[in-house]
Amino acid sequence: MSRPPVPPPGPPAGAATPAGPALPSRGATASVMVKLPRFEGPLDLLLHLIKRDEIDIYDIPIAHITQQYLSYIELMQSLDLDVAGEFLVMAATLMRIKAKMLLPLPAVGEEEEGDPREELVQRLVEYRQFKEAAGTLKTREADRRLLFERGMLPTEDEAGPLPLAPATLFDLLDALNRVMLRVPEQTVYEVQGEIYDLEDKMSLIARTVAEQGSVSFQTLMMGCRARAEVIVTFIALLELVKLGRIAVSQAEPFGDIEIVAHTREGSEADAPVESPGGA
Amino acid sequence: MPPSNLQAALEALLFSSDQPLPLTLLAESLDVAPDQVAEALRELEAAGAARGAGVQLREIAGGYLLVTAPEHAEWVGRLLRGKKKMRLSRAALETMAIIAYKQPVTKSEVEAIRGVDSSAVLTTLLERTLVTIRGRSKVVGRPLLYGTTQEFLDYFGLRDLSELPRPEELRALVAAREPEQLDMMELEAPAALDPATAAEFEVVAQVGSDLPFSSDQPHEVEPMAPGDLDDAVVEELGAPRDPAAD
Repeated sequence: MSRPPVPPPGPPAGAATPAGPALPSRGATASVMVKLPRFEGPLDLLLHLIKRDEIDIYDIPIAHITQQYLSYIELMQSLDLDVAGEFLVMAATLMRIKAKMLLPLPAVGEEEEGDPREELVQRLVEYRQFKEAAGTLKTREADRRLLFERGMLPTEDEAGPLPLAPATLFDLLDALNRVMLRVPEQTVYEVQGEIYDLEDKMSLIARTVAEQGSVSFQTLMMGCRARAEVIVTFIALLELVKLGRIAVSQAEPFGDIEIVAHTREGSEADAPVESPGGA
Repeated sequence: MPPSNLQAALEALLFSSDQPLPLTLLAESLDVAPDQVAEALRELEAAGAARGAGVQLREIAGGYLLVTAPEHAEWVGRLLRGKKKMRLSRAALETMAIIAYKQPVTKSEVEAIRGVDSSAVLTTLLERTLVTIRGRSKVVGRPLLYGTTQEFLDYFGLRDLSELPRPEELRALVAAREPEQLDMMELEAPAALDPATAAEFEVVAQVGSDLPFSSDQPHEVEPMAPGDLDDAVVEELGAPRDPAAD
């Protein structure tokens, strides 16, 4: 079975519409708890950074990678992600290597130490190979899952995981970083929700019915732009029926409902509607 | 007395089992020489393929197993909705790979490679019987040694461990993913597994010499009484957790 394609990252073309929808400013401070099930570990994070910055694994610019690594840890901490101890141990290791790289080379005759990065590089290379091996196991797992033997009796814990796109925690953090970079450049507009007035609606319906003789329920509702407007329109209808200003009829069950002026003395459609009690 | 229609008899045996049946067991049950059985198995497989049968013969975990053809997985899966076990997490797959290639291996060796605590993952793999305890190492602390099981081979549809990609194949895969580092690859060739260690292994580990990687310093294995296993596991990995937590 093939994986679902991952949509390409990045903002859609022409995303620079000035009056684009803005989040309501209210509630933006509400704390969001992000809970992710598992970190893949510090080596995984380092590999991610190495790959992202197209770094030669055998010649890691240690100052750069240390800084990147630490900023990631900070980001994770600021997100209240539980940064496991292993991540901090690796941070210390990176800083130790960085310090060693700054020291002058030992004088001739002294015991020569190897590249301080060597051990880390070996660990990364080894880990990367097992990651690859894990990938091939995953493929085999997927292939094998297509084959069913006899007697597949139900057991516990049968619900499979949701079909998620193959993104890692670090992909998420990268995406967040990108968004954060863009955010200050955007102007935030506060959009006021439209207020729907019951009396206005009643007048409008009464006028429409008077002018056109009748109007269908469908047409009336299709003109509404928001849920709130649908509701107000409906209440206006009920109110008008109650006041005897209009009548509704239906040709067949589930058919469209026609709204016509109720011919009653003194019910001038154009007359201003009195305020319904208690509305 | 051997069956009059060997191919049909074989099919009957295979149908009756939900476990891979080793060639020797089939031969014994049918009172036919193993090479004759192997020949009949090939014919059976070819006949099935020729008529586009809904079930196929597969060689899995050292035996032969009838399984539904992959192209019908969608329908069978619908019928048995959710009856397959949960897929392994990435952490579990990583740990599984390390154990498969480095067995017998201790928890701390696994953790040294992964860079993270792996107790919970090991517990899961033990519970799912993809991993087993091989005994204790004679190194300091006498840590438990982990290895793969028949269930592991079955779960990943492997005939045996030698079917795992070899280190050079893995390196090629890594290099294909990161082409700029192709010429930088240099890793020591895998050493053969110490035959004395391999002798300690069970059925699965008889292919130990085929292991793509092997430990630089193979462990001396100290066998354990089966009764001690549970306590030893709890001692090393902690009490069993809520399986839903993994």
